[in-house]
Amino acid sequence: MKAVCWQSANNVRVDNVPDPKILNPRDAIVKITSTAICGSDLHIYGGYIPTVQKGDIIGHEFMGEVVEVGKGVNNLQVGDRVVVPSTIGCGRCYYCERDMWSLCDNSNPNGWMEEKLFGNITSAIYGYSHLLGGYAGAQAEYIRVPFADVGVLKVPKELPDEKLLFISDAIPTGYMGAELCDIQPGDTVAVWGCGAVGQFAMISAYMMGAERVIAIDRFPERLEMARKYAKAETINYEEVDPGDALKEMTGGRGPDCCIDAVGLEAHGVGVEDFYDQTKQKLKLETDRPHVLRQMMVACRKGGTLSIMGVYGGFVDKMPLGAAFNKGLTFRMGQMHGQKYMRLLLQLVLDGKLDPSFIVTHQLPLDEAPHAYKIFQQKQDNCVKVVLKP
Amino acid sequence: MELTPQDKSSEQSPESIEAGEKERWASLIGGGAMVLMGLRQRSLRGVLMAVAGGGLLYQGAKKQSTLKQAQEALGLNQPIKVEKTVTINKPAAELYSYWRDFEKLPTFMKHLESVTVLDDKRSHWVAKAPLDAKVEWDAEIIQEQENELIAWASTEDADIENSGFVRFKPAPGNRGTEVKVVMEYNPPGGAIASALAKLFGEEPDQQIGDELRRFKQLMEAGEIATTEGQPSGRD
Ligand SMILES: [Zn+2]
Ligand SMILES: [Zn+2]
Repeated sequence: MKAVCWQSANNVRVDNVPDPKILNPRDAIVKITSTAICGSDLHIYGGYIPTVQKGDIIGHEFMGEVVEVGKGVNNLQVGDRVVVPSTIGCGRCYYCERDMWSLCDNSNPNGWMEEKLFGNITSAIYGYSHLLGGYAGAQAEYIRVPFADVGVLKVPKELPDEKLLFISDAIPTGYMGAELCDIQPGDTVAVWGCGAVGQFAMISAYMMGAERVIAIDRFPERLEMARKYAKAETINYEEVDPGDALKEMTGGRGPDCCIDAVGLEAHGVGVEDFYDQTKQKLKLETDRPHVLRQMMVACRKGGTLSIMGVYGGFVDKMPLGAAFNKGLTFRMGQMHGQKYMRLLLQLVLDGKLDPSFIVTHQLPLDEAPHAYKIFQQKQDNCVKVVLKP
Repeated sequence: MELTPQDKSSEQSPESIEAGEKERWASLIGGGAMVLMGLRQRSLRGVLMAVAGGGLLYQGAKKQSTLKQAQEALGLNQPIKVEKTVTINKPAAELYSYWRDFEKLPTFMKHLESVTVLDDKRSHWVAKAPLDAKVEWDAEIIQEQENELIAWASTEDADIENSGFVRFKPAPGNRGTEVKVVMEYNPPGGAIASALAKLFGEEPDQQIGDELRRFKQLMEAGEIATTEGQPSGRD
């Protein structure tokens, strides 16, 4: 089959590789009909995620059709149309049983590495480094889905892929980002990053009772999307200082909740940006925490920071004094897709959520190298690419 | 349920709190008898044998609780000793009965090729070594408490003297069972540790940790997570 294989920083290639096989009783094989490039795939593309190896198949946002099931899978059949969550959960450990699927104890076969680095093991993610399991990713014609008898969402045949695909990753990530804010009626929610996750976080924040949503980014087309589809007010941080602007927009209080939908490759301006870029290049700091710093200072006293952007290692120069003295609450984590997918599908079926606006580019799988490039460089107004195997 | 202060005090005396904090393998192994003679034999095996022999008064090493402390106290550094615990979301009885069926152990213990049960107490173990070599030994159960503990030791003539125990203890708050393994490998004639490292990996700690994790995966998820045999652009 054809698959997108990582070669080195900023270099992916579409290779011919063997088809995946059933390796365990609870496996299924899915023929992929649509797979997206997630913003967090750009961290892999750029070489920021450790333990990605040359030849690894990447990608974790996908849907398709079941073509084979293992003997331990009784609730799926060949021909079923499915959306698969990007994090892999066994469904039977302490965490999965409590709907904390991204904290699964059992899905990562390379747990020892993570245990050394993080102190515990978390769930594996498709195509997201050997540290996080080393599973082959979804930017391919076929994929092996472990623990397919739990978490996988069966979807009706009549809806187009573009309305369903993002239930795999971007929508539940944004939804969980809003949910972690514990939004109260009348709250103002600020969202850093207007990519797919940011857009769905804004839409979800309104669903949960936010009165105002303010979006922060630097690309006009993404800000325009936030205004048009997510009904957000916007701040372009290359034009104005987001801290000052947020203060003015919220009567001097600061937003009640701040959502980070950017992660470790945030861009800043000025000296601070130079400091982080340099340290990251020298491997003295793995992550660039501009957004975290801004959120800690901008948030109102007693407010909540919800972190959905991916962080992989170490950050420094954090204004912890601000966070401490202002009594902020930090909530974060990889999303628990399996917890939200059924609800999100219902919203789509009821016509309350149409995620297809996010797609700016649809390309054949063969054009993945080009797709990564335009998505990374934000060329051609690229916000979200769907690849068609 | 709400505990009255009286309940609390009757449940946890200061002594028992200390015992809980400073977990001693003496108390793990149970029976209260142990240590001095075993420690004089300078090995876990000796300890286990001493306990199995029974009748020794527990004394002296009260505070020498963990393996490392005992090791330091005795100046032992030749044998490889490992102590690892994992919590498994299943009742102790279920885990105990799977483990007690020794012939199933190679399912999750990758360094083992086979285990053959000879009789109620004795079994024959074959481990994989590099270059298609094999290491074999006989082991016997020297202490056993149903659903709680299995302790074993290799018989006297083993190539690699080894011993250990696995303990199953219910975790608080319905969190399943804490499974603890303590193991010790003694190379023949005090030979260098690197011979053992070849057999049990560079980091025996990690290897036992991996095996316990696979045991957990098998017990909870019914299968062992793997990526061996999946496609990549390296094939
Ligand atoms: Zn993603
Ligand atoms: Zn799990």
